Amino acid sequence: MFLIDCPYCGPREETEFSYGHEAHVHRPAGAAAEKLSDAEWADYLFMRKNPKGVHLERWVHTHGCRRWFNAARNTHSNEILAIYRVGEKPPKGLAQ
Amino acid sequence: MTKQFRLPEGGRIDRERRLGFSFNGRAFRGYAGDTLASALLANGVHLVGRSFKYHRPRGIFSAGSEEPNALVQLERGERTIANLLATRIPLYDGLTATSVNCWPSPEFDLMAVNGLFHRIFPAGFYYKTFMWPVSGWKLYEYFIRRAAGLGRAPEHPDPDTYDKMNTHADVVVVGAGPAGLQAALAAGRAGARVLICDEQTEFGGQLLNERAEIDGLPAFEWVAAAESELAAMPDVRLLKHTTAFGHYDHNFVALIETRAAKISDGEGKTRQRLWRVRAKRVVLATGAIERPLIFSDNDRPGVMLAGAARTYVNRYAVRPGSRAVLFTNNDDAYRTALDLKAAGISVPAVIDVRHAPGGELPAKVMAAGIEVIERSAIVGVEGTRRVKAIEVMKMNDAGSGVTGKPRRIECDLIACSGGWNPVVHLHSHAGGKNVWRDDFGIFVPGPTVQASAAAGAANGSFSLQACLDQGAQAGAEAIKLIGFTPAKASQPRATNDPTEEPWRNLWLIPSTRPTGERGKHFLDQQNDVTAADIELAIREGYRSVEHAKRYTTLGMATDQGKTGNIPGHAILAKALGQDIPATGTTTFRPPYTPVTMGAVAGRMVDQFFDPARRTPMHAWHESAGCKWEDVGQWKRPWYYPKPGESMDDAVSRECLTVRNAVGILDATTLGKIDIQGPDAAEFLNRVYTNAWSKLSPGRCRYGLMLRDDGMIFDDGVTSCLAENHYLMTTTSGGAARVLAWLEEWLQTEWPELKVYLTSVTEQYATLSLAGPNARALLGELTADIDLSPDTFPFMSWRTGTVGGVPARVFRISFTGESAYEINVPASAGAALWTDVMHAGEKHGITPYGTEAMHVLRAEKGFIIAGQETDGSVTPYDLGMDWIVSAKKPDFIGKRSLQRADCMRVDRKQLVGLLPKNPTDLLPEGGQIVKEVLKSPPMPMLGHVTSSYRSATLGRTFALALVKSGRERIGQTVHVPLEDRSIACDIVNPVFYDPDGSRLNG
Repeated sequence: MFLIDCPYCGPREETEFSYGHEAHVHRPAGAAAEKLSDAEWADYLFMRKNPKGVHLERWVHTHGCRRWFNAARNTHSNEILAIYRVGEKPPKGLAQ
Repeated sequence: MTKQFRLPEGGRIDRERRLGFSFNGRAFRGYAGDTLASALLANGVHLVGRSFKYHRPRGIFSAGSEEPNALVQLERGERTIANLLATRIPLYDGLTATSVNCWPSPEFDLMAVNGLFHRIFPAGFYYKTFMWPVSGWKLYEYFIRRAAGLGRAPEHPDPDTYDKMNTHADVVVVGAGPAGLQAALAAGRAGARVLICDEQTEFGGQLLNERAEIDGLPAFEWVAAAESELAAMPDVRLLKHTTAFGHYDHNFVALIETRAAKISDGEGKTRQRLWRVRAKRVVLATGAIERPLIFSDNDRPGVMLAGAARTYVNRYAVRPGSRAVLFTNNDDAYRTALDLKAAGISVPAVIDVRHAPGGELPAKVMAAGIEVIERSAIVGVEGTRRVKAIEVMKMNDAGSGVTGKPRRIECDLIACSGGWNPVVHLHSHAGGKNVWRDDFGIFVPGPTVQASAAAGAANGSFSLQACLDQGAQAGAEAIKLIGFTPAKASQPRATNDPTEEPWRNLWLIPSTRPTGERGKHFLDQQNDVTAADIELAIREGYRSVEHAKRYTTLGMATDQGKTGNIPGHAILAKALGQDIPATGTTTFRPPYTPVTMGAVAGRMVDQFFDPARRTPMHAWHESAGCKWEDVGQWKRPWYYPKPGESMDDAVSRECLTVRNAVGILDATTLGKIDIQGPDAAEFLNRVYTNAWSKLSPGRCRYGLMLRDDGMIFDDGVTSCLAENHYLMTTTSGGAARVLAWLEEWLQTEWPELKVYLTSVTEQYATLSLAGPNARALLGELTADIDLSPDTFPFMSWRTGTVGGVPARVFRISFTGESAYEINVPASAGAALWTDVMHAGEKHGITPYGTEAMHVLRAEKGFIIAGQETDGSVTPYDLGMDWIVSAKKPDFIGKRSLQRADCMRVDRKQLVGLLPKNPTDLLPEGGQIVKEVLKSPPMPMLGHVTSSYRSATLGRTFALALVKSGRERIGQTVHVPLEDRSIACDIVNPVFYDPDGSRLNG
């Protein structure tokens, strides 16, 4: 049961949040998407990192402020190493 | 209760309070302070049940949570609980319990015949025997489960209530033995907020079972002083009869507190509380569990852990036997010999696997005139329902075999000890590693990512002084790490605390024959796993401890192998030729001991399990006698039967009334999202497949949302309320999901868009009027909205007053009839509904429910997202190419629609089905085949998504997804059922008013 430090509300129980999978996935849009092969598009659609170790991921405070944010979590220890807002870059040393 | 088994004095029982109880139908008496187990022993009852597989007679083996045998069904009827441990049930007056795994009684058990056929019940028996045919499993399982028994679940709802408590603590101390109390004192004295819990009904831990002394006084007195000091601290919470059953990430600890002294006590008080605790630091002072010695026929009633034997004597003043032998690999069991002897029990011998035991305790035992038989093993046990005698033989130096002549010693109690395992469960739950200590042959807590530390016996430090010191140290360390300064205090000294010599770990005690012949060496008494089973698993190729566990079921019963696992893993390691740390242990997972489902549910039962959402018109529907349908959390009227009407009758009447006069539907539950902002139109362009830029105020448009994989996600009508202001509707069940989805895209993918989303579902009541008389009826209710089709056409909306209430009226239709959806403030919904019903009388109005709505929309070929779609359906599959914009540069799902797979011509496509026999009703989900073969498998073309009887069409009809369906229009297909097959024609999916003249009229 994680304790997640929402950047807008402060530390709250995991049950208030929903997991949003890998962060910083680039979505090709419009003409850029048209140019992609089916395989390249499928790579964006379906393929996600699943590291043992630091994972940059998205969370949303569903039962709170309903804001999305990013977290760097060690998937092995479940330690949350950093929390940062959408649009911000991951803290130095945690970028993948 | 007889004097024969209860000591004349001593113990922590209250001899003034005599309690009556019944076990397996026989009446007994005990005292307050007894457990069910101690009270049974006080009545001479050792035989308490039968084992799981062989139905061997089994006795009380321990005095705590590690008990493998003494499982009982407590009480009867609705409050009954299965598989409770007799060793953990505090006795109360009127208690009723029965053994769980025997019939008709543990003394005479019909299933004991299994024991005679033990050769056909080896490890992996079920896997080997019940493999074929696969369809037979259902039958086998029934008999296996009946034979396997264990307890029975109650058949009626639990009448008691349970609570959940959420709390925070600076330090959570698990276990209130010497180490735990010291840790709590250290933290509490510094002013920290402390929670200390213990699974027993009293604090003191192991001290409750011992004749130990602290600072020259009986240890109980130190415990009482520590407890009262803690209780006087304002920020310290003491929880007795409370098991910390799980330690989770980020230092979250779950506790189960039993509050009712007896099971029938629930009234006016919750029976149990589930505590959810977030701790800054955790101190695990969980103690240790004694492990047995694995000797031949070590499961006979009368075989008991040595620590348990002295617990029964010291704590409960019970004689667990009249003539006891000790069998040990360590000094601690000698304490038991001394305590038993002091209680007047005859102790003919201590059998020690070690060579020349010479510690302080053995010396005392010898001085007390008890024979110590060194380097010897028990090779056989006489007596099946109770130990009668043992055979002892000398071992060779390696302890791998026995020599010489067996010596017979009469006894009715074998108290054995194979050392102590630290209780590392909680440490392991939260990802902590365990480290092997070769000096003792134990796993102790190693590194952990949690803010926790172990102390005392849980940490592999077994002497009382070490427990006291480590506890104080762990408490001080914990608070220092979170910013408190430890207070100075004098520390207690254990007096009369003899030093102990090393143990000798001999995991499998040799006997005169190979393991598995004649006698059985039981590791897991509850699941009947023997040393021979482990060796067999290795011979059959199992290598991993996790695989061997599942194959043999070692450690898989309700006790999760608390006593036998480490010896089992050691025997596995030896058979594999590895050391124990390389072999490892199985994973410890919560809960430490079983937790009742009632406590997990807490107050979230019945109507609180999932909240019901009701519309403002709910009371009217109820008084009209509607049948309800659950749609998400909403209660929606399903249909409104008149007296004597069947469901079909009512739905037919409702449908025909809508087609021929007017019907009213409560559409409040449709999701409504208010969308505002300068980029609102652009946002709609991106989330819907069609174009939205040109939708002007006053107009409405149907939209389809896809996921980015191109599959349909939701649909609904969105109306332009004003420039930069829209009202989106979603499916009733999908409202929250759609709002969350839109927010995700807005916040994470398109944060540059200035758009704000607000759920307004509950702000408005929605009354939907549909049918040829709808316009005339609405005309009577409004004076300021011009309803003429030219000024108020289909797919537009107007604002005005309806029934005296400010309203938005949307001319949209899900039925195919001319229809108006009236949105009014929620508070006005009930009154307006009544007004509409009165005014509608002369227009022949009827309320209609979701079932009629479904029939009416299906007649028109309108889809329901989630019924015609299942996450694998594109707009093209539904023949909705018209709604997919080719011009827009992007929308969610656009690129995916061009994937080769989405362009296949043989994808499943939406079609209509008409059964050849117009009264045959296809089952929804029915599989469609081209031709019916004699037996499956048959190539399947698709499935039925919606199927109804239509009063309008005078026949049954269905919608279906069929491979290349549009090409197959005109063909005949079949839906094979269990007993027959229904032939149908594939037709166009629009069955009614295909040109839409009624809709637009």
